[in-house]
Amino acid sequence: MDLKQYEPIIGMEIHVELATVSKMFCGCKNDPFFAEKPNIHTCPVCLGYPGGLPVANKKAIEWTIKLGFALGCDISELSKFDRKHYFYPDLAKGYQISQYDMPFCKNGKLKTSKGIVRINRVHLEEDTGKLLHQTVEGKKKTLIDFNRSGVPLIEIVTEPDIHSGDQAKEFLKHLHQIIQYLDISSADMEKGSMRLEPNISVRKISKGKDDGIRLLPPYKVEVKNINSFNFVKKAIDFEIERQIEIIEKGEIPSQETRGYNEDKGITFSQRAKEGAVDYRYFPEPDIPPIRLTKKTITELKQTLPELPTDKKNRFIKEYGLADPEAIQIIETRARADYFESCIALCESESKYKAITPKKIANTIINKKVDGTTSSPHDLLEKISIQSESSNVNPEDVAHAISSVLHNQEKAVNDYKNGKVTVVMYLVGQVKRELQGKGDAKAIEEELKRRMNGK
Amino acid sequence: MNLHKLTLKEAIKKLKSKEISHKELYTDVENEIQKKNAELNIYLSLDKEAVSKAEKLLDTPLAGVPIAVKDNFLTKELPTTASSKVLEGFMTPYESTVTERLQKAGGVVIGKTNMDAWAHGSSTETSDFGATKNPRNPKHLPGGSSGGSAAAVAADVCIGALGSETAGSIRQPSSWCGVVGLKPTYGRVPRTGVVAMGSSLDCPGPIGKTVEDTAIVFNAIAGHDKYDSTSADIAPPDLVKNIDKPIKGMKIGMCYLDHPKLKNTKVDEAIQNAGKLFKSLGCSVTHIPLSPQLKNNTILTPDYAISVYTVVQRGEVSSNLARYDGIRFGHDRSFFGAEAKRRIMLGTFTLSKGYADKYYIKAQQVRSLYIANFHQLFQTFDVLISPTSPGFAQELGASEKSPMFGELEDMLLEPSSIAGLPGINVPCYHDTKTNLYLGMNIISDQWQEEKIIRVAHSFEQQTIKE
Amino acid sequence: MQSHISFSNDDVAHIATLANIPVTDEEKTKLAAGFTITMKVVDDLKKADTTSVEPTHQVTALENILREDAVDEKREFSQDEALRNAKQTYKGFFVVDQVIDRE
Repeated sequence: MDLKQYEPIIGMEIHVELATVSKMFCGCKNDPFFAEKPNIHTCPVCLGYPGGLPVANKKAIEWTIKLGFALGCDISELSKFDRKHYFYPDLAKGYQISQYDMPFCKNGKLKTSKGIVRINRVHLEEDTGKLLHQTVEGKKKTLIDFNRSGVPLIEIVTEPDIHSGDQAKEFLKHLHQIIQYLDISSADMEKGSMRLEPNISVRKISKGKDDGIRLLPPYKVEVKNINSFNFVKKAIDFEIERQIEIIEKGEIPSQETRGYNEDKGITFSQRAKEGAVDYRYFPEPDIPPIRLTKKTITELKQTLPELPTDKKNRFIKEYGLADPEAIQIIETRARADYFESCIALCESESKYKAITPKKIANTIINKKVDGTTSSPHDLLEKISIQSESSNVNPEDVAHAISSVLHNQEKAVNDYKNGKVTVVMYLVGQVKRELQGKGDAKAIEEELKRRMNGK
Repeated sequence: MNLHKLTLKEAIKKLKSKEISHKELYTDVENEIQKKNAELNIYLSLDKEAVSKAEKLLDTPLAGVPIAVKDNFLTKELPTTASSKVLEGFMTPYESTVTERLQKAGGVVIGKTNMDAWAHGSSTETSDFGATKNPRNPKHLPGGSSGGSAAAVAADVCIGALGSETAGSIRQPSSWCGVVGLKPTYGRVPRTGVVAMGSSLDCPGPIGKTVEDTAIVFNAIAGHDKYDSTSADIAPPDLVKNIDKPIKGMKIGMCYLDHPKLKNTKVDEAIQNAGKLFKSLGCSVTHIPLSPQLKNNTILTPDYAISVYTVVQRGEVSSNLARYDGIRFGHDRSFFGAEAKRRIMLGTFTLSKGYADKYYIKAQQVRSLYIANFHQLFQTFDVLISPTSPGFAQELGASEKSPMFGELEDMLLEPSSIAGLPGINVPCYHDTKTNLYLGMNIISDQWQEEKIIRVAHSFEQQTIKE
Repeated sequence: MQSHISFSNDDVAHIATLANIPVTDEEKTKLAAGFTITMKVVDDLKKADTTSVEPTHQVTALENILREDAVDEKREFSQDEALRNAKQTYKGFFVVDQVIDRE
């Protein structure tokens, strides 16, 4: 099998639960993962009771638009919600309020090292309840919890511009980072606040003259229940090979939905994917359309934080960081902010003047420090101490230690006779000889070593 | 004492002046219920504690009067079934905004009234709990879907009632029962807690013995609700305040009389007579000709409105009834009655792939035509009058004649309904032989309930004098 | 599906599946006949000239009806209220016979 003869065509559908305080269309608490009991955050609206009417959450809409901006999308001046109909026990109303032909955001893109991935749309909808399969009193049952019903959900759909498992992983990591920077979701795959489904197909690359129109393969395989970015890569890689094998035999892979088995590292057939389901979309009559003025759109854009790529470039330019250092420092917004707090502190206190941004960055990266383990002040202190000790010539230190051991006979004898605390006095003496420089701990160790006769 | 015959206005006055007590009023009304309900099948449930609730409400605008409420309003104290076996016995943990406001204003929900199941009809015959009979002539239907509420008023088994209209469901049964029914502007009265039928059409509203009675109840229930995104944030008018203001100088248009189904009928005559009466009150009355296409200063034929309404309403209904799966409440979908199944399925069809554009979108385009037509006419006219129903209340069993029975019966009301306009039915003719009534429909532009109330009230006052 | 003007029992069966409504064969026949009559009336729509006319989905002309992101505790059901009307519950959950994976 020559993989180079084939081009994988991969698109992604990603769902992100927004971390708003309340649900999308009602004032129930948005807390599906941590709720202590099932069905404690419901109301006539999200439980699909007769007479329940939706009222849209402003913040969820703003956050959707912000994500659209961050992904380079056009923001629609006029949007609406639509009803998407299907029957399933976790869908209380028998329809999901979603967006069909007038989503909030369209036509964006995200760069990867292997090319641009176009974003078809970013739209807003509501989540369903949660199902649990369990045997109850000897019978196979499905249990339903509607705490999650109505939680705001952003759906991101890409064009089939991804061509490998690696690229998919890179794309997802970047997307995840952007979401984290915007602080709109925990985007945690284990908690289910981020879910993804790749669509994978493969086509043979035509040799010779390019006949212009590149048709999409006549099938698509959707893979569900993938719980991490690593597994996405593995699932895609597996699928590509599996599909190529079939195509080499002269057959067309079936259009279907497959699951991913992480233990075996394989995808498996779940259900034949029929032609498109008839969702009978129509505009949601209970929710008036949303019209955004140019002013509102501009104002919203101004509330965007600095995004990862821009921050990285700025750090390289302003702080002289190398690309790999910058990438690490901006990995999370918290870390980047911490880094800049340290720099700000540096600039305001003269005793830290000698410390370079590069030094701070490296310390943060290598010592794995962040805001939770030490304050900027503590970090800078640590660095200055280290630099003090590193400013001293090791020969001078050795010399100072010899000198003190020689001159402080009484103290040394006290130490040898069991008065171990006297070593601190000796450390002080050494440091005095070194004019305050030197690493106290290292000096202490060396003194002890020498006095213990090793 | 015939306290059950009191109007709402009279009852409130007599209660507040202590001329009568709640006990007296309720005893009388409840006796009437005892006498009539078995035969007429108006109430599906009754509140036995009603009078003790009423006694506490003397110092409220409605003073504790008994109100009959259509069984699609969610009420915590009584079951809500929408006259369907799917919801038999359903006790809601939350109250509809309208009944909450009604009760806060001092109205007591004495019972829930029968209706066409899920509000799908114009006869009340499609109720899963048996038809309601017309109190004026029990061989006939009361109309629908608010047939139970209209009958309750006509039979004096309540002092006032609440109904809801999607296209005709307040005005048509009011016409057939010879009572007053007010359909407010869409968005005027909140739909929160009302079993949804046609989301872009449903309007809760009052049914009463007089025009002023409906104005009093309107005042108690109208206004913005933050739980209903389609409810307008406009302060509702006080409909009682200017009700007696003379209507001299108002420009009135007469519509639909040249429709082939109405020409030279009794109802045509009745409306023409009403026109003469308005002229005598100093209004200008103009006959507006019918037109098959949109044209200035004509009224668009109601024929397309039937189609528009059929498609839009059934589409929305099929969607709104998708939540009834028997999991969280109620019974499963096998409990739907025949009419409900028909509407859900037809609605599903018109929304389905390959047909949605052809039918649903097209219907919403034609809807725009009606809106434009009324908008143009209301540049000139204050109100438009027409028959409410093409004729008298039909006989029991009539609704089974055609799957389109309701839509055809409501033909004259569908245009104003799909445009979201307010309308009121006032009785305009009484046949002494059959004891049945004809009704006049008065409509105005959006948010102009004050105009139709005044015109209706003037007409009523004049015809009482006669 | 066949021409929209007349419905067959198969057409009705398909719609019934989409609408999740159980129908007997007898009902299918009745419904097919009823739909045919209804669609004849609906077909009148095509007589109206709607060239360049925008569809109306809402008559209120309202826009941007949104609410602030805040919890409305008054409106939340207690767990008991939420479960009270269900035929089957188990340890705070609603219960149905086991279903296969969603589409």
